[in-house]
Amino acid sequence: MPFIPTTEADRRAMLEVIGKESVEALFVDIPASRRFPPLKLPQGISELEMLREIETMSAKNLTSGQAAWFLGAGAYNHFIPSLVPALASRGEFLTAYTPYQPEVSQGTLQAIFEYQSMAAELLGMAVVNASHYDVATALAEAILMAWKIDEARKRILLPANLHPEYKDVVKTYFSSFDVEVVEYAGAPETAPVDRLTACLVAGYPDFSGEIYPLEAGAAKAHAAGALFIVQADPIMCSVLRSPGSQGADIVVAEGQSLGNPMNYGGPYLGMMGATEKLMRKMPGRIVGEARDHEGRRGFVLTLTAREQHIRREKAVSNICSNQGLVMLQSCIYMAAMGSRGLRTIASLCYDKAHYAAARIGEIPGFRVMTKSFFKEFLVSTPKPADDISTAFAKRHIVPGFPLSRYDSSRPKELLVCVTEMNTKVEIDKLVSALKEVSA
Amino acid sequence: MNLVQEPLVFELTSPGLVGCSLPRSDVPAVALPAGLARESLALPELDELTVVRHFTRLSQKNYSIDTHFYPLGSCTMKYNPKANETAAAMTGWRNAHPLMGDAHSQGSLELIYRLQSSLAEIGGFTAVSLQPAAGAHGEFAGVLMIRDCLKARGQDQRTKMLIPDSAHGTNPASCTMAGFTTQTVPSGRDGNIDMKALAAVLDGTVAGIMITNPNTLGLFEKNIARIARMVHEAGGLVYGDGANMNALTGVFKPGKSGIDVMHFNLHKTFSTPHGGGGPGAGMIAAVRELAPYLPGPIVARKAGRYALAMPELSIGRVKAFYGNFGVLVRAYAYIRMQGAEGLRKIAENSVLNANYLRARIEKSYKLKYTRSCMHEFVAMGDVAPGIHTLDIAKRLIDYGFHPPTIYFPLIVPEALMIEPTETESKRNLDAFADAMLAIAEEARTKPELLHQAPSTTPVGRLDEVTAARCPVLCYRS
Repeated sequence: MPFIPTTEADRRAMLEVIGKESVEALFVDIPASRRFPPLKLPQGISELEMLREIETMSAKNLTSGQAAWFLGAGAYNHFIPSLVPALASRGEFLTAYTPYQPEVSQGTLQAIFEYQSMAAELLGMAVVNASHYDVATALAEAILMAWKIDEARKRILLPANLHPEYKDVVKTYFSSFDVEVVEYAGAPETAPVDRLTACLVAGYPDFSGEIYPLEAGAAKAHAAGALFIVQADPIMCSVLRSPGSQGADIVVAEGQSLGNPMNYGGPYLGMMGATEKLMRKMPGRIVGEARDHEGRRGFVLTLTAREQHIRREKAVSNICSNQGLVMLQSCIYMAAMGSRGLRTIASLCYDKAHYAAARIGEIPGFRVMTKSFFKEFLVSTPKPADDISTAFAKRHIVPGFPLSRYDSSRPKELLVCVTEMNTKVEIDKLVSALKEVSA
Repeated sequence: MNLVQEPLVFELTSPGLVGCSLPRSDVPAVALPAGLARESLALPELDELTVVRHFTRLSQKNYSIDTHFYPLGSCTMKYNPKANETAAAMTGWRNAHPLMGDAHSQGSLELIYRLQSSLAEIGGFTAVSLQPAAGAHGEFAGVLMIRDCLKARGQDQRTKMLIPDSAHGTNPASCTMAGFTTQTVPSGRDGNIDMKALAAVLDGTVAGIMITNPNTLGLFEKNIARIARMVHEAGGLVYGDGANMNALTGVFKPGKSGIDVMHFNLHKTFSTPHGGGGPGAGMIAAVRELAPYLPGPIVARKAGRYALAMPELSIGRVKAFYGNFGVLVRAYAYIRMQGAEGLRKIAENSVLNANYLRARIEKSYKLKYTRSCMHEFVAMGDVAPGIHTLDIAKRLIDYGFHPPTIYFPLIVPEALMIEPTETESKRNLDAFADAMLAIAEEARTKPELLHQAPSTTPVGRLDEVTAARCPVLCYRS
């Protein structure tokens, strides 16, 4: 049997020490009629056969390496330096668990502390946790944090232009509670904030790619006693003012862009940062610095009184296992890129996206709808965007995300994403193909 | 183990360096939006070799399954097959986008479908969702499903969930997040749920019970069928916490025992790596009546084609997209290599190994329950005056073992929860048992060795109290 190193001789010797006749005898507590049911599963196969089968299955996907790729919408095609998977796949990182015993987990703990530090700098926040499942669940729990401060404040303001799947997750997380989710259009400071508002949520950028300055929204929320929560693009935060510097109380972001593959939607990385005032209300694990009796610096899981294993039904959140390895990959990515590298990547995304938008905007029938954008912008198309997308796939071009997939009332809108992975040649190829559509 | 203090990345900075080569731009530069440009970003600046050495040296400060025996009870620290890693790293998976559309995602959809079916068969359930990202996430989804099913029956006055006193903290925490209150049901002297106490609390306000089987004491809940019947007759539903499924694969199907909805931890039973805290995956399975409420979308098959579909009465999305797909690939690869026969051997050998360790150390460590255990057992670490479980745990480190789970479950004082798993050899088990016996002896004759432990690690016991009182959670230059 794969991975079981116990021989028949071992088994006999062990049973003798235990004082039982057979392994079956160890299962007497299970009702006899229900013991050892047959499993209708195929016979086990060798590693060689398994890899062959899985490789064949994986080849049925159309992937970013096979096309000129302009699809984003929550999962991004960014470059992953070779050293990221090389270091993260080390067995000492990969096969360790939650650092409950800090003396034998300083590798994991120090890496988490470094991640927290770099993410705090990037997002402009005082405290960052060790990860949440993804940006959608991080956003839902950020809103829960805001609402729990004063549950009488039942109004939650979300941008109409928030990723529809993130809206769905927020709805699920609040489905047991009496709250009112109100959507607003345009800049965050135009939202109907009042004294019943728990929080004002803003995208930075929003789902159409639009960047709004955040200070006015933050001021309006705070004047009404509400929290200001920002969902940000982490790479954009390296070249534009951080949400924290503009007054955000909580920032959430999708860390998949920082050194993690698209992987058909997961595992991703819910980044979450907050102000010092909100530190003890944050969900998730947090690592802090500590000293041993000889004064040596080490790191430990801390502020554990927030968590489920201590507070149980009174815990801030039920989260236990997080996205540790994905966080580690982002940590290594940020360390390797550093401030220069990350800002260079951001500039490449920004410049290439603007080049693409300028050329697309010149094509008759096409109009760029987003005014101020980073790497994604919304394009109005002369023919249904979904048809364009379907036709282009055969030509190995993935032009973007047709909004009709989420909203059938928007058939002629395409969300185009350009990153450092796109060459000018690819962008020109996209533009030529789109020109044929309008002709 | 690397005992040398490793500086923080910020402390290794040298202005002007980048740890990765970057392409030049092939398009014109564009000015950033007025007034929004960020002046500076204080991230480290390192060369590539420094980054590689830094994280390599950090990794050498960890105990891990790849390096040490790691008997953390209820975590199932079994060998994480390298074959899983190869399967998950294939570019067909890594470079697949969740919104590419079903027609171009048949590979991913087929894998999810096959894994859904396999897990449904292993558990004895009708349908499965692989969207939850962790066990606790699955618990949250499951409790929401119970809420909706009861509402559909016109029973939304049932807002209380029963939880055994041995339950993992995520159980009550998940209930709170789903808007339920909780009531504790005590365990009896045999370590199983106290049936009389259970009967006394079953009334019209009870939504159901959350049961872990085997429970956190490593004992099979003998009365599971009767408990389920009682709860159902009282109008409630039964949630199964499958964290301990490693004792039952191919041996017992929880879905046939009266459990209505259950989660498995793919990072426990199904060998996906723990990654220093995650990512896991928390499959949730349901019997026929609750299947329509599963979180989604899930994958359906029609005429040989796979498609995403939302269960008809779904509680909704619990996360964006479809689940921790990269983790799902590993679990599927593992199940394919095991097959039906292999899955049964997992349960048999994990239970054999746990009972063997129990038999080897029971003369030195009091056991709360002396009957056969399942895949884990709980011993008590207060083997000598002034010695606590914490001391045993820290001294085990000096012997080259990761400690077992300590101080859980809460109902056993000085608890040491030991789960060897099926992937450890008898030689490893004997080495661990010998170390435990030696430490028990030291506890009596040389207790200072335990109190000062560990002494072979980069840092000794850390002052966690001060760390929490004056938190330093970020590097500040």
